[in-house]
Amino acid sequence: MTRGHVVLCVALGLTLVLALDRLQSERLNPYAAPPALALGSGLAATGAHCAAPPPPQ
Amino acid sequence: MTQTSAPAAPHARPGAVSRAAALALLAGAVLAVALAAGPRSGALLAIGLGFGLALEGFRFGFTGPWRRMILERDASGLLAQFLAIGLVACAALPLLAANGGELKGAHAPIGIAMVGAAFVFGAAMQVILGCGSGTLVNAASGNAVAAVALPFFAIGSFAGAYHLSWWTALGALPVITADGTAGLAVTLAGLGGLAALALLLGRAGSHRLPARYWAAAVVLAGLAVLHLVVAGQPWGVVYGLGLWVAKAAVAAGADLSGSPFWSAPANAAQLEASLLTDVTSLTDLGLIAGAALVAWWRAGLASPVGQLPARAWVAVILAGLVLGYSSRLAFGCNIGAFFSGVGTGSAHGWVWFAAAFAGSWAGIRLRPLLGLEARR
Repeated sequence: MTRGHVVLCVALGLTLVLALDRLQSERLNPYAAPPALALGSGLAATGAHCAAPPPPQ
Repeated sequence: MTQTSAPAAPHARPGAVSRAAALALLAGAVLAVALAAGPRSGALLAIGLGFGLALEGFRFGFTGPWRRMILERDASGLLAQFLAIGLVACAALPLLAANGGELKGAHAPIGIAMVGAAFVFGAAMQVILGCGSGTLVNAASGNAVAAVALPFFAIGSFAGAYHLSWWTALGALPVITADGTAGLAVTLAGLGGLAALALLLGRAGSHRLPARYWAAAVVLAGLAVLHLVVAGQPWGVVYGLGLWVAKAAVAAGADLSGSPFWSAPANAAQLEASLLTDVTSLTDLGLIAGAALVAWWRAGLASPVGQLPARAWVAVILAGLVLGYSSRLAFGCNIGAFFSGVGTGSAHGWVWFAAAFAGSWAGIRLRPLLGLEARR
């Protein structure tokens, strides 16, 4: 087995993740997407981040 | 980033046409994502590609330099990390101070579970020689250890997020941040102090950074600031991995309403939305693609994968799970907690570094016992 085979397995795994996501997720709508830049958009950042504290219970 | 395969035989590198075709393919993917999911998604995928190209291209990471500092007293990699974080802080802290409504830092509370988890993360990352970004880069460049650890890292990240509220309730301080000009001064002074300590403890000559480290620090810092400007939040890695497993769990019929984290409105909405709208998923995917591209350019993919004993593979799987779980309890990995946390003024980033570095010391000693390298 070569490193190329390993990369191929990783690529197949990610393709599976994206395919599953495509099947079960809401349809993409580029017209409802946020502006290209958060800075200057006037909108609060809402993306999830690993440093975000857990939601209050 | 790490060497776990047998020595590479010389292989022909891809030609100019093949390289141009690969770049065109990736540019096409970025454009397709921008058209389908919006310009921000396309930009974040491109930034992720840049992270992957820089990390693999400059052979820059976090685990290896910490290992070399502990084992060889080589401070150069650690100094490059401090330089990169300092550069990020110089741009990020003023941006956050002036645009607090639009941008947010990687700010998290210091707590009992957070400190313990950072220690465990530091140990586990030395076992597989890869942190959050390192595992992605290594898997993308054909490292079998990282490729096996990666899915378990993702499962651990999902489970850690599931239980995050319980662990945090064990005890945590309020979020402490260093903001504005004073915060920048404190952050730079802290990084300078750590650099001085590294120089003091490092062996003679290790203060000289190779050119690739200078380049990596500047490029990574530039990309990290760009990430903040585009996404409104700093660079992170592990949330996206947990989200991938959460979506798979939902697809398999799992009910995540029992988890305060996954049932919170923002996360529940993200479970419904496409991964191509999630910040960390996009940069993770780009990072993997960028690192794979560099590995292919180097013609290193034809070299055989090294052999390990069965107990080493069991250790890799467990380390992957532990990495994912602990990175959520610690509010990030080397990127989300250390690089982005310190770079955006969060006190938890400093505590994370101290605990994870101590854990690394333990992990380095654990690695030979688990069959992942010859005993010293």
